[in-house]
Parts: sequence; structure tokens; C-alpha cells
Amino acid sequence: MKRMDAISEIAEKAADSNALLVGNIGIPCKELHQTCDIPNNFYMLGSMGLASSIGLGLALSLPEKKVIAIDGDGSVLMNMGSLATIAWQAPDNYLLVIIDNGAYGSTGNQPTATSQGTDLARVAEGAGNLKVYDTDSKKGLKKILQETDNGIIIVRTLPGNAEVPNIKMSPEEIIKRFMAEASRPSSSV
Amino acid sequence: MSAQSVMTPSEAVYQGIKDACIDFIVSVPCANLKELIPMVDSDPDIIHVPVTREEEGVGICAGAYMGGKRPAMLMQNSGLGNSINALASLDILYGIPLLMIMSHRGVEGEPIVAQLPMGQLTAPLLETLDIPYFLPESKQDATDMIVTAMDDAFNRKSPVAVLLPIPFWRQA
Repeated sequence: MKRMDAISEIAEKAADSNALLVGNIGIPCKELHQTCDIPNNFYMLGSMGLASSIGLGLALSLPEKKVIAIDGDGSVLMNMGSLATIAWQAPDNYLLVIIDNGAYGSTGNQPTATSQGTDLARVAEGAGNLKVYDTDSKKGLKKILQETDNGIIIVRTLPGNAEVPNIKMSPEEIIKRFMAEASRPSSSV
Repeated sequence: MSAQSVMTPSEAVYQGIKDACIDFIVSVPCANLKELIPMVDSDPDIIHVPVTREEEGVGICAGAYMGGKRPAMLMQNSGLGNSINALASLDILYGIPLLMIMSHRGVEGEPIVAQLPMGQLTAPLLETLDIPYFLPESKQDATDMIVTAMDDAFNRKSPVAVLLPIPFWRQA
């Protein structure tokens, strides 16, 4: 499975369940933007490693909303402590999906440690997370996404990037549109 | 005798946090924050998230702001060094307010040599980042300046710091 396929599945789940969705730095954000650009999406353009942290802050602040963050293996390796903090807080409205393609995709597909044996599902479990799912197929991902609104999913994909254009929105436009959506009462949906 | 004069330094900071309507706090401990962190943790009106690293805290606070909260980070100034990319490429890039309430080590009275380099670099780093900082001397200053600093953070839509050096924590 390609990363773009995984992102499409996650974006579909977020749109269908009206979840807020945090996209990860670099090409994954562009792939999300290309697949499904809706006001629920926050495109994190910088701050590598912090997609899971931004998602956690949103989930704790908006307990009545569903929140999903898309992360990557290189990014999680940069902010592994986040998995421990998520385990400690364990909000039941927060789903973290880590797309593990074993490579720093946006910078030329240099290998990450997960390509050499680091198992992020076991790391997430070892950090104390009780619901950790692991899949390498589109069908498997779809099934897990239907099953749960919380926990951590590790989805293994092939390295490589889709040919997608840059996001044209400015950071100000991204946050303004996203916050307008985040502040909408959940009952109005 | 004013209420302030019977407060501990930690209570004066806590009062500022309450007066500033701060309702979301991430923390990384410092010896000088050991009284304050439990006060915040037991406050039912504050969501308190202990974090593993200050950079992570910047990310969580950014999410909290987008979720409608008024976030602050309790930290030691050494953690400023751990946060710079996030402060710049997340908070400053998007216009996200954050109050950093910082125990400023490596200044007058510092017993640990390893604190000295970041102690000296803290103010220049904040200046380079164009992050305003407040330097309360008295307990009353701390209470008042936390409120002003939080207003500043929201008006500027950027991080703002309050630096609390070793002598601040030692006053009666």
C-alpha cells in the first residue's frame, strides 16, 4: 500500500465522523490536501514531530469532538516521549495514526530506524498505550478505522511520495479556517 | 499586611495564573516549581499535562489554543533550548499565543555549573526570537505580570515569557 492510500482512508474516516484532523509535515500534508481539503484539516507545515502533540492538546481541550492526527515514523522517532504522554492522558476521543514507511520520505527517502527493526507498535505499547493496532493493508486499515475512534494505529506502507502540488493556503488562512471549524458546537453537525 | 506579603512565591505565581484565567498547563519540573506544580495539578479548573520535553509541550499547548483554551507552560529556562524550532515554526508561523512561566536558573545564587550557559543565553535567545519577556522582582509583580504577559500573548498572537530567577523563589 502507498502512503497516499492510507491518507485517503484516514481522511475519509475524519470527514465521515466529523473529526478534526492534524496532517503531518511535508509531503504527507500535501497528499492530505490533495485527497480531501476540508476545514477540519490542520496542515502542520513546520515543527517536525509535533503532530501527535497538537492532536493531544486538541483532544484534551475538546472532549466532545473527535480528533485524529496523522504522524510518520521519522516524526515519531523525533518526539517519542509523546507516546508516553498520550498513554498517561489517554483521551477517549483521540486517534493517532502513524504511517510507517521506514523512510524520511520528504527529504529523499533516507532510511529510518523502523526499516532496521524498530517496532513502533511495541514502542507504543511499552509507553503504556492500551489500544495499539498494527496493519499493512488497506483493508486492514479500513477495518480498524471502522472499529475505533481512539488508540494508536501503526500502518506500514511503501516508501515514496505522490506527485502532489504545494498547499497554497497561508499559515494564517490554515489556522483561521481550522479554528472556525474547531469552535463549532458539535451538536450543530 | 497585604495578602501578597503572606503568600509564598509559588502562591503568588499561582494567583497570577488564576487571575490570567489560564485553564491549560503543560509542565516540565524544576526544583523551583516543586510547590507550584501540585497546586496546578489539583486545580479542577486547569487541565494539567506533565510532558516529557518542552518542545512537546509547545505542540500540546498549540492544540489546546486551537481548541479554545488559554495555555501556559511551566518550565525551566534550559527547556527554552529544547523548544526553539517549535516556538518559531509552529507558534510564530501560525500566530499562536503561549505563556512560558520560566524558572530562570544559571543566574545569581546558582549552585550548579551546568546551568550557567543557558542561564546567560535565555534573555538573548528570547530577544532573537522576538519573544517579549517580563522580569518580576516582587511577588506582587509576578502576580500582576503573569496577567499582563498572558494578555500580551493573545494580543500579539505569539509566545511571551515570564522569567523567575533564583532570588525570586528564595524571598520570604
